[in-house]
Amino acid sequence: MEKDQDKIISDVTTGEYKYGFYSDIEMDRIPKGLSEEVVRIISAKKNEPEWLLNFRLKSYRHWLTMKMPTWPNLKIAPINYQDIIFYAAPKERKNLTSVDDIDPELKKTFDKLGIPLEEQKHLAGVAVDAVIDSVSVKTTFKETLAEMGIIFCSFSDAVKEYPDLVRRYMVPYTDNFFATLNSAVFSDGSFCYIPKGVRCPMELSTYFRINSANTGQFERTLLIADEESYVSYLEGCTAPSRDENQLHAAIVEIVAEKNAEVKYSTVQNWYPGDKDGRGGVYNFVTKRGMCKGENSKISWTQIETGSAITWKYPSCILRGDNSTGEFYSVAVTNNHQQADTGTKMTHIGKNTKSTIVSKGISAGHGQNSYRGLVKVLKNATNARNYSQCDSLLLGDKCGAHTFPYLEVDNSTAIVEHEATTSKIGEDQIFYCNQRGISTEDAIGLIVNGYAREVINKLPMEFAVEAQKLLQISLEGSVG
Amino acid sequence: MLIINNLKASIGGKNILKGISLEVKPGEIHAIMGPNGSGKSTLAAVLAGREFVEVTEGTVTYYGKNLLEMTPEDRAKEGIFLGFQYPIEIPGVSMVNFMKTAVNEHRKHKGLDPLSASDFLKLMRDKKELVEIDSKLANRSVNEGFSGGEKKKNEIFQMAMLEPRLAILDETDSGLDIDALRIVANGVNKLKRPDNSFIVITHYQRLLDYIIPDVVHVLYDGRIVKTAGKELALELEEKGYDWIKKEIENNVTA
Repeated sequence: MEKDQDKIISDVTTGEYKYGFYSDIEMDRIPKGLSEEVVRIISAKKNEPEWLLNFRLKSYRHWLTMKMPTWPNLKIAPINYQDIIFYAAPKERKNLTSVDDIDPELKKTFDKLGIPLEEQKHLAGVAVDAVIDSVSVKTTFKETLAEMGIIFCSFSDAVKEYPDLVRRYMVPYTDNFFATLNSAVFSDGSFCYIPKGVRCPMELSTYFRINSANTGQFERTLLIADEESYVSYLEGCTAPSRDENQLHAAIVEIVAEKNAEVKYSTVQNWYPGDKDGRGGVYNFVTKRGMCKGENSKISWTQIETGSAITWKYPSCILRGDNSTGEFYSVAVTNNHQQADTGTKMTHIGKNTKSTIVSKGISAGHGQNSYRGLVKVLKNATNARNYSQCDSLLLGDKCGAHTFPYLEVDNSTAIVEHEATTSKIGEDQIFYCNQRGISTEDAIGLIVNGYAREVINKLPMEFAVEAQKLLQISLEGSVG
Repeated sequence: MLIINNLKASIGGKNILKGISLEVKPGEIHAIMGPNGSGKSTLAAVLAGREFVEVTEGTVTYYGKNLLEMTPEDRAKEGIFLGFQYPIEIPGVSMVNFMKTAVNEHRKHKGLDPLSASDFLKLMRDKKELVEIDSKLANRSVNEGFSGGEKKKNEIFQMAMLEPRLAILDETDSGLDIDALRIVANGVNKLKRPDNSFIVITHYQRLLDYIIPDVVHVLYDGRIVKTAGKELALELEEKGYDWIKKEIENNVTA
């Protein structure tokens, strides 16, 4: 019986990542390595205006003066930037006017991922921008949305067609080491603008796929919600299984004007590496939300199950009075995965509110750290924060760590922090077994129960997917 | 339905069960009594399939199949239910969700479609009434924050939901006040049918005032040392376990 169990465990741990395939797509790649020349090549490939090239060059020169921070609770093998391809794009056959013009191999790739590029086949009520390696290949429902004045397109198109909006809202390139790198070499991404008073009628989403070997993915998403508008946005991502680590250093920036609300959800499923910790994606992402106007609200929800290393802190700058920032997170580390993730809430305006709910799940040899900063500036009267950090451990070789930071400069602030750590026990699993529930289903049930508060924040269609993903990523983690 | 033959089992190299033979027929209630440490809970653990108990010898046949080769969940789906001595808490998982998963696993095993949400909730209501369980219990997380009595009542409720062919109640009476004891016992009596059986493990006779056993076994030092009708329980209550110990020692010396 013990042999059977070993077999089951090895089956599920080796077979668990379903998106590890590689597609043979004709690609246009530039040589490996990073230099000012490479930055210029990328910009030229994209026919960019002068101001953007200058922005890239300034970023690159600044980046050269920077060092990668060493404070996270992560073991990161040195990254050789000269060994990374900074631009790879599917070869364009001609100007794309319809889905039929897309490389069939590319279409097949997205079909396999469950993201059909034909609008009629797609999930009702979801518009997708599909990004493969360095470029956006297709944005669905563009026309339908345009009727309401909503702009939803690739970042490259936005640079050409709406340069004023892009320039006004882009994050300063100095934000952090990887944001600066991204500012120098970013290739593409999604752009979205919701005009005044418009409630976006469908979920918008970006689906990121790394396909080529030795390629870094540096995309950039800019999401602007004008006054009184609402949008719910979702991003998903996968990558082929490879033995080398791949770097993903993206930027997502959100701006919410007066009375606007943005919900941004991430289901992150990059290749996590194999069960011995070989390969996997380095997911080093900058996510920054600016609650610019009064009563604005930005809500981050993230389900982080993939990547060899996840290192990110979706943040909210609560500048508008009465603005609200929220962060709901489930981060899973199984096998040899590592995560140092959390949030940054900066209270600047009066009566600003932030809520943080973080659920870490560690299994195998996984190391999971929550790191969060709640900062209340001098003029932020009546700021309110509630933070809850829970850790769940499966097995005895994994770790959970919590690093909460509070900086409060206004005595009217109320800041609360709660933390718990618990373990899934063999007893709990056996209890489920004894009621007829298999071990795999039992872990799924227990973990989903634990993460319920966060999953409930996801749009319905994706909540179901997230539940399955949680279960899959933990299969075989309890022997 | 259940035939245990010369069962020997150890935990961490220590022999606990030293050759148990026992047959349970459909419709019977067997009581297993014995002092602490005699192996009662180990026997229950072997039948339910806990891995920390190692079976070293003997066989257990359940409806003609080798029970010891079956996974714990297959045993459950084949109708073996264990009422836990210490029911386990599962935070964040509602009783509704837990029971729905369990009931539908049982149904799948029998080739039946899953119950619809409304049918399932109706089933839950009916069973709650049957075992006189507080309706609020069902909306809470599995056993989380339940009192000792509530946990035991919840075991009986789950038993009612799953309708086992063989229910093993491991000291379900321990730690119960007289009202809770009555509810637990009534649950068992209401669920009793000619085709299902119970093994009631208990330290005290008092549960057997409410659940009348067909057979009483006394387990001592890993062996069944006495088997008789329900009057054995009364005799034990009167004379205490020392009486059994003495009898055995006398047999050994004789």
